Amino acid sequence: MAATASVRLQRRTVGMRRALGPIAEARGMARTMLWTGVGVTLVFVLMAIFAPIISPYGFDQYQSGGHRFAQLARPSHAHLFGTTVQSTDVLSRIVWGAQTELEVVGLALAFGLVVGVPLGLIAGYFGGPFDRGTVLFMDAMFAFPPLLLAIVIAFLLGSSVNSGVLVAAIAITITYIPQYFRVVRNHVISVREEPYVEAARALGAKPFTILRRYVFFNVVQNVPVIATLNAADAVLTLTALGFLGYGVQPTQGAEWGYDVSRAVSDAASGIWWTGLFPGIAIVLLVTGLTLLGEGLNETINPVLRRRSIRKVDFGAPSLEPETEILDP
Amino acid sequence: MNQGSSLKRYAITRLALVVPMVFILLTLVFLLMRVAPGNPVSASLGGHAPPAVIKAISHQLGYDKPVYVQYGHYLGQIIRGNFGTTISDRRSVGSIILVNGAATLELTFFAMIVAIFVGMLIGLLSGRYRDSPLDTGGRLFGIIVYATPVFFLGLLAQLVFGIWLGWLPISDQASPITQALLQTHTNIFFLDAIIDGNWSALWDITQHLILPATTLGIVYGGVFIRLIRVNVIRTMKEDYIEAARARGINERSVVYHHAFRNALVPVITVVGLQLALLLGGAILTETTFNWPGLGHELYIYLQNRDYAAVQGIVVVFALVVVAASIVIDFANAFIDPRVRY
Amino acid sequence: MTAVLQVRDLRLWYGTARGSVRAVDRVSLEIDAGSVLGLVGESGCGKSTLGRGILGLLPEGARADGEVLYKGRNLVTMSPRELRRLRGPDLGLIFQEPMTRLNPLLRIEDHFRETIEQHDSKLTPKDVRRRSLDTLGRMGIPPTRFRQYPHEFSGGMRQRIMIALALVLRPSLLVADEPTTSLDVIVEAQILRILADLKENFGTALLLITHNLGIVAEACDRVAVMYAGQIAEEGPARDVFADPKHPYTRELLRSTISLDTKALHSIPGAPPNLITPPTGCHFHPRCPDVMRVCPAHDPIETQPDPDRRVLCWLHGPEREIPEGGTAPLEREQIAVAEEA
Repeated sequence: MAATASVRLQRRTVGMRRALGPIAEARGMARTMLWTGVGVTLVFVLMAIFAPIISPYGFDQYQSGGHRFAQLARPSHAHLFGTTVQSTDVLSRIVWGAQTELEVVGLALAFGLVVGVPLGLIAGYFGGPFDRGTVLFMDAMFAFPPLLLAIVIAFLLGSSVNSGVLVAAIAITITYIPQYFRVVRNHVISVREEPYVEAARALGAKPFTILRRYVFFNVVQNVPVIATLNAADAVLTLTALGFLGYGVQPTQGAEWGYDVSRAVSDAASGIWWTGLFPGIAIVLLVTGLTLLGEGLNETINPVLRRRSIRKVDFGAPSLEPETEILDP
Repeated sequence: MNQGSSLKRYAITRLALVVPMVFILLTLVFLLMRVAPGNPVSASLGGHAPPAVIKAISHQLGYDKPVYVQYGHYLGQIIRGNFGTTISDRRSVGSIILVNGAATLELTFFAMIVAIFVGMLIGLLSGRYRDSPLDTGGRLFGIIVYATPVFFLGLLAQLVFGIWLGWLPISDQASPITQALLQTHTNIFFLDAIIDGNWSALWDITQHLILPATTLGIVYGGVFIRLIRVNVIRTMKEDYIEAARARGINERSVVYHHAFRNALVPVITVVGLQLALLLGGAILTETTFNWPGLGHELYIYLQNRDYAAVQGIVVVFALVVVAASIVIDFANAFIDPRVRY
Repeated sequence: MTAVLQVRDLRLWYGTARGSVRAVDRVSLEIDAGSVLGLVGESGCGKSTLGRGILGLLPEGARADGEVLYKGRNLVTMSPRELRRLRGPDLGLIFQEPMTRLNPLLRIEDHFRETIEQHDSKLTPKDVRRRSLDTLGRMGIPPTRFRQYPHEFSGGMRQRIMIALALVLRPSLLVADEPTTSLDVIVEAQILRILADLKENFGTALLLITHNLGIVAEACDRVAVMYAGQIAEEGPARDVFADPKHPYTRELLRSTISLDTKALHSIPGAPPNLITPPTGCHFHPRCPDVMRVCPAHDPIETQPDPDRRVLCWLHGPEREIPEGGTAPLEREQIAVAEEA
């Protein structure tokens, strides 16, 4: 028993190593993108986790020690990024905003994966009427402009669900499920026709065994790339919802998109700090996530992968041994 | 095989496939709207109207009938081209589409041109000179630009070009004077000005178009860059490229006549898919620039909780995307002979 | 008979992360005008690389050393631009897989027009058309199909179109890289007949690369047997098959299946690693006649008959073999030698 357990563990670590292998081999552009993406994303993740410690003030704090902060104050020593028309500190709202963004996106990704991936696996592998029906449904969802769909759903849920974070997360999830579904399903279909799957079927393996052992692992390789790129899109959708006033409400947390919408009226008076900093925060986070996703794509995707080439040296010493292999 | 007949056959098959999808879309929208809690009438009237009034209007609009009757009525109306009437200000959705839809069309059209131009230029060069500084720069540009929310870029554009430099107007489709003097033909201001031969109006309209269209176009051009680049790389690896080189075709011809052309073919499909994204972005752009398009109207009706209006406009959006995808598929079939069944 | 192609001591190595792959390791051969040289060997022996390397069509990371003389001009040292100008009117290549070698968006007409105009822009459209149809006609493609798209043709027809494309400018040297491997037997026979006619009608020198000995026997004047990047044996096809000098050739012939075959015969072992090939003679780990000298020293090429070459210690110059070298090598010593 112990022997098989250790064999199974070995096989799993080998599988993991094989999956992570290309990342270690990453060269040049792909590597730079990957690690830059990781770095930038990490900064925001840390910002989100340590917000209570890092942030100088609360996200909707407009006073301290009994007296109110200045309104629309320029960036200064007390308020590094300035203040808004409601006397809240711009920098604090950026830091707390990181928490909001990542919270929502994390939830949306989790929901999307949990629903979209199994659907895609089952539809792709078993085919039949379930597959046809689901595909038709998903294709119809694709026809909606995604932002429109998210807005409508956020609008509908907003009155019945209290947590703005949850509303936004669900709205985003529903928008992205068709994507996960389609990618997973297409991949499953191509893997399904592979000779090794056919061989397993011929040997009498049960469908779920095949799914679990061969198909899932193969398909799962695609998911991190899709997930990170979707995370990037999800942030954009969340900020768009915030800009229009949906999703996370101003009383529930700081949201960068919402801050930009408030800053639009400030612009006419030439006040730039209320909009510029939240906007840049959005650009940086999304760029970080995209670089991470693209970097992963370049390393994992065999079409785009570039094997490193070492230069040829004709002058290398020949293989002929100096001594003779003969009996004395 | 006759080219004309295979195209025709493809057209019929494609159109037939669309019917179930449109059906599902319409049903989805209907169900979505019915999911909303509360009475749609009272919500859109501000919740303060007396119950008798609410009941009267509900009866008038048919909201008190059983769901399946409403569904049948809804489908029947749409087939006849009637997308409903708004509750709050009693406008027909049809008229909203004609006027505001034209504005969105104008914006989206020019934005798409900018997006394709930007995408093609940078994407083709990026893919061709892969891993060179040009490629790196191009890709980075594409990524950062896409990461920029369209409303933020709009805000920056307004700040820089509108307020600090004062070169361009930052809101509306045209100045009030132009709007007063312009004759309505197609409701697309740009076309109407040309039809009238009103060159000063055309100039004014163009000025108003530049910021919103360019903002929207650049952001979505970023997506094209990535796509075209990958396609160029993939195409350059194809077997027929190697075969062409083996025949002594010079590199420039190989790149322009074979690689680029073939790489752009799938792009046409993506343009169609991107349209959905672009329409979403249009909503944001219109809100930022106060552009009187469908997205802007949708935003206002959502604020007013006018479900009937929202339903009508959403249906239109979805149908437009479906129609566009059909057109794109035809264009694809025309260009790539293998696609025709 | 003038030699159209003379390859001298050619090395074609690929650079990889793990070291250089010695795909072609000192190869010499000659092809005369109107003559067909068959190049046979197992998969991975380097024959495809040799075929493309001769024409200068190697992928990134490959380097060439040695001489490839086409009508006296060295292709290895030629500038890429000059080389490109030779492709079409002088050098031609026929690929293995015809299904993907034509641009799916262009008509056959466009393919021909582009090829001809690249090299001779002064021809009128009517001349271009006439030449294309003429060559296509000889391949059995009717003029009515000139304006069709590649996907409207079968595999065999596409290969014929590819051959016509390669021939339309009348090259003097043609390299055919496994032209019939992906086609069925009947189509294969048709293509072979076309290739055989080349020397009659065009006087082309043809290098026919294949792993199928039957094709060589049928269509080639001479044959070169390749193993692990080197030419094991070379000579007139009929003589080599009737009286193989190299053990590898002998084993290859024995492995061929015919109606007389009663039991399957295969060569033990696997093709060698081309980054670190076996020491001495590359074939020694699998050779039934291996001697002690074989792993120890690189074999020297000899001419057992006036018109034949062989790279094997069995026919090696006596004075080069050290004392006791001709004794057979014990099998476990072979295993040791392999690890060495």
